[in-house]
Amino acid sequence: MTTKQLQTDEVRTVLKDFPPEERSLIPILQKIQTQRGYLSKGIMQQIGHYLDTPPSKVYGVASFYAQFRFKPLGKHLIKICHGTACHVKGAETVTETVESELGITMGETTDDEEFTIERVACLGCCSLAPAMMVDDTVYGKLTRDKIKDILNNYIEE
Amino acid sequence: MKENLEIRVGFASCGIAAGAREIFEELEEEVKNKNLPVSLKKVGCVGMCHNEPLLELEKGDETTYTYGNLEKDDVKAILEQHLEKDKEYEEKLIPGRGEYDYFTKQHKVVLRNSGIIDPENIDEYIDRDGYTALENVLKLDRNEIIQLIKDSKLRGRGGAGFPTGLKWSFARDSKSDNKYFICNADEGDPGAFMDRSIIEGDPHALLEGMLIGAYAIGAQQGYIYCRAEYPLALKRLNIAIEQARNSDFLGTNILGSDFSFDIQISKGAGAFVCGEETALMHSIEGERGMPSPRPPFPAQKGLFGQPTNINNVETLANVPWIVRNGAEKYRQIGTETSGGTKVFALAGKTKRGGLVEVPIGTTLREIIFDIGDGLEGGKEFKAVQLGGPSGGCLPEDQLDTPVDYETLTEAGAIMGSGGMIVMGEDDCMVDVAKYFLDFTQEESCGKCTFCRVGTKRMLEILERISSGKGEMDDIGKLKKLAPKVKQHSLCGLGQTAPNPVLTTLRYFEDEYSEHIQNNNCPAKVCRDLITFTITEDCVGCTQCSKECPVDAIDGEPGKLHVIDQEKCISCGTCKDVCPVDAVEVV
Repeated sequence: MTTKQLQTDEVRTVLKDFPPEERSLIPILQKIQTQRGYLSKGIMQQIGHYLDTPPSKVYGVASFYAQFRFKPLGKHLIKICHGTACHVKGAETVTETVESELGITMGETTDDEEFTIERVACLGCCSLAPAMMVDDTVYGKLTRDKIKDILNNYIEE
Repeated sequence: MKENLEIRVGFASCGIAAGAREIFEELEEEVKNKNLPVSLKKVGCVGMCHNEPLLELEKGDETTYTYGNLEKDDVKAILEQHLEKDKEYEEKLIPGRGEYDYFTKQHKVVLRNSGIIDPENIDEYIDRDGYTALENVLKLDRNEIIQLIKDSKLRGRGGAGFPTGLKWSFARDSKSDNKYFICNADEGDPGAFMDRSIIEGDPHALLEGMLIGAYAIGAQQGYIYCRAEYPLALKRLNIAIEQARNSDFLGTNILGSDFSFDIQISKGAGAFVCGEETALMHSIEGERGMPSPRPPFPAQKGLFGQPTNINNVETLANVPWIVRNGAEKYRQIGTETSGGTKVFALAGKTKRGGLVEVPIGTTLREIIFDIGDGLEGGKEFKAVQLGGPSGGCLPEDQLDTPVDYETLTEAGAIMGSGGMIVMGEDDCMVDVAKYFLDFTQEESCGKCTFCRVGTKRMLEILERISSGKGEMDDIGKLKKLAPKVKQHSLCGLGQTAPNPVLTTLRYFEDEYSEHIQNNNCPAKVCRDLITFTITEDCVGCTQCSKECPVDAIDGEPGKLHVIDQEKCISCGTCKDVCPVDAVEVV
């Protein structure tokens, strides 16, 4: 089986759990992104076909929401919180430290495809500001040293 | 070993981020390995985030001890002290709910169960009178319930403060066999985490509130629109809904009545504008989350074209309490125009931060200085930011303002959803205004020109001012543009986007002028206006030179180091790492 067929089958399995109605679009996009990490052009076309809606509409909805991505992600996703509390407590320094440690800038993925950095509006852990989230784990009260230790733990993994 | 102990670990998202998981695992292991007579429980937010991770230990005779700022090694010590010596472990003992002045001015209505019950166990909610309000309501006439909520003077806690009972009456009056009841849990304001904590700590209170509301307006289907960024809240909601279905609180013919209602979760996809009700509904429908003009109001034509009622999480979590205790008792807690309490997420530069629930009408000073204990590091108070990107910054002389919808609006801020960020002498008001405008212009859906372009132009002016390129008529331009953005935007996002700029201009215009006229940022925040230099105190440890991200610091070990101003990007790393405080900002 080719990779392309494999992808198609995977997506088909996801689609059959949802009724072919417009209201299923966002839940479908979310489920597929959770499984595959991002939304490719081919997949969006397939979803459009299933929902009987033009692919441009699928892309239009997907690109409206910050959650959806159209490029593959690194193995670990780092979300740096830029909420108000984090802003006044040094979110900019956190960003710079992560950027300089990994040698990439916001939104980019490292060459070894290990890390992607994203800026998020608020993680809702304001009392632990400044904070960031690596995959599903939130780290709070960050300092330069703490950030370096956290990143090293993931690098050594 | 003397008696059975119950240990409750604060297990909300921030507790976990602070290390609660490690503490709980250590407890589990100890209890299991040594077969200790201890029952363990994961609870929601206790409210004192500044002491996380924390646990409450309750002895058989109900004496309770609270331990905070825990580390893994404390677990053994606490268990040993209590089980073997029947003594407290003094090192990490902190004042508990009854005796801590952090709680004296608080009044728990919405958060009454949070931090006490296991949110993943419906029986614990039921043991504390859970679902009795629903039972009683099912015997009442719809109009009686709506009257009760009207009498309680409960108003929308999402920020706008619309009277809840009145809102319900609109949806009740719409004729349709297919009405929807939505809970807005798309808490998007940066700096706010009340709704997340309510869901994580007491999800059944929200479900019960929704059920009562749905019965009152005659809805059959409910949606909870919750941000995807809240995985734990989503998990606990799913568990709660499943449990409620199994206990006959959700589904067809609830508790033998002719009322049928079910709830579905709709996961938000990261768009701030979806907090606006029409945008939120479009998002559930599978569309781009853009607002539409009102009328028609959701109560007439909402989700899928049907009459719909939308309330925020905190609003709904108040409802069961009101039904159980009566409108009068609820109204007495608040003010003349607004009943009950408000939950605030107190954060920023206060010594003590966390989830705070106070009667409406409490003053800002009481919240910041009595509950929050003032600013950390003995710093001077400068402003408090309320209501996130829709709100404003209030200065010292406004601190005696009671928190209420009208008074705060008059002062230039808003009650908002409940984010309360305290700022000190080293926070720059121009920078804060810029921060919020950056947020709103990024989150503007683009439908209205003034919101899309106006916020962008305002942001550019602020960027100019904070980089030392501002001109005096920039202030006038901001003042002229702001009301236009407010007037010509369809939804709350654009209508309130200029607020952070307007309030900082109203109370801190001097700070703007100082940036423009003297190229000076008094708080030493705006990078283009500050210079870092190394003083004679330098011991030549080379730390700053090693850490500088742009290699702008020269110096040999043991000798005075010098910053190359051409290369320096004013990031402040050198100041942070200097062990002898020899880096000065001018």
